[in-house]
Amino acid sequence: MGLDFSVVPSYADALLLGVIWTIAITVASAVLSFFGGILFAVIALYAPLVLRLPFRFFAWLFMGTPLLLQLFLIYFGLVELGIDLPAFVAGVIGLGLHFAVYNSELIQTAILAVDKGQMEAARTLGLSRGQALVRVVIPQAVRDVIPPIGNNMIALLKDSALVSVIGVSELTLSAQLAIGRTYRPFEFYAVAAVLYYVINLGMEAVLRRIERRTQLSR
Amino acid sequence: MDIDLILRVYPYFLEAAVVTVELSVLTILLGLICGALGAAARLSRFSFVRFLGAAYVSVFRGTPALIQLFILYFGGPQIGIQLDAFEAGVIGLGVNIGAYMTETMRGAIISVDHGQAEAARTLGLSRVQAFQKVVLPQAMRLMIRPLGVNINAQIKGTALVAAISVVELTYTAQRYIGSTYKPFEMFLLAGVLYLIIITITGKFISYLDRRVRLP
Repeated sequence: MGLDFSVVPSYADALLLGVIWTIAITVASAVLSFFGGILFAVIALYAPLVLRLPFRFFAWLFMGTPLLLQLFLIYFGLVELGIDLPAFVAGVIGLGLHFAVYNSELIQTAILAVDKGQMEAARTLGLSRGQALVRVVIPQAVRDVIPPIGNNMIALLKDSALVSVIGVSELTLSAQLAIGRTYRPFEFYAVAAVLYYVINLGMEAVLRRIERRTQLSR
Repeated sequence: MDIDLILRVYPYFLEAAVVTVELSVLTILLGLICGALGAAARLSRFSFVRFLGAAYVSVFRGTPALIQLFILYFGGPQIGIQLDAFEAGVIGLGVNIGAYMTETMRGAIISVDHGQAEAARTLGLSRVQAFQKVVLPQAMRLMIRPLGVNINAQIKGTALVAAISVVELTYTAQRYIGSTYKPFEMFLLAGVLYLIIITITGKFISYLDRRVRLP
């Protein structure tokens, strides 16, 4: 059985819809992982011990186990708890939390690296500790780690293929559905790979632009 | 928490953990070989070979590992490549992590001071000798820690082969979640085993790093 790409065009619509869902799930998870990362970093550094210790344990567990395993936990765990979420939402929660933990590690280091004088100056100007953290320290910390967070987001795009196993009909699952009808795995997965590659290029361009806008000229 | 259930199924998870270790060792070995070849290609004198190295890195890092695995396993037979799921898993994931290791190794090699190679050449060593005896040993020292990051990622990355039904840890956890409806217990059981594998590997890598680090 040789290769025959002529069957691909008739599934163009389905694949394009897959691309849109892949972008949607990537963007939604990226936003969740960004703000989740900030929140997790603050908890890991400043929360009272009773909150901080279990949190650190949870972070350690999430960093040491595969994303695929976590997706199964979240998808089936939510069902077990009687929470019936659409696969897309479960996928966003799984991807978002996983990468939030990684982003949080970066942000924690960056928060600790912000000059102590910044906090002191903000406090002197009459801001509360919380205000100083939110308005002065965190923005500077986050700006410093935009490039490595960008790398995490590129990894997130590629890992979004994993949510196909819990039934989110993004690009990988769209390809699988087409394969189910045509029995042409090589052709459709190759086309999916090309589409991922193109999305990846687009995302890198967007990230470079964000980096240029947020980095101080040094 | 259903302790009885955990006690009943844990032997199956241990068996699966052995498969995860086998997959990890084989994919990492293949990855190191591909990484060394890739780094050599990226640093070659010949622009065409450099292009091949760059294309390898760009393609394999620019698309999802899962898709690469599916192309090899499901698409392979169409182009005359018949592999069982375990073989496809090792080759697919090994070549994938090799692309990341290529960049790690290349980064370490180019961060060795240029003067080292020049000094070696001045002393009469050939290009190859200067690389083998002077640059590479110093680069090795620099690459252990970042390769450790790749290796840590790859141990978790072996979970992908669950999608082509290789009976390793994640596949086993998934199967028992499906049959027992105890997702949390099964996650914890598999998770602890992954953490043990990753912690031991991490300790070994820091040991290696300490051994070769300059005082």
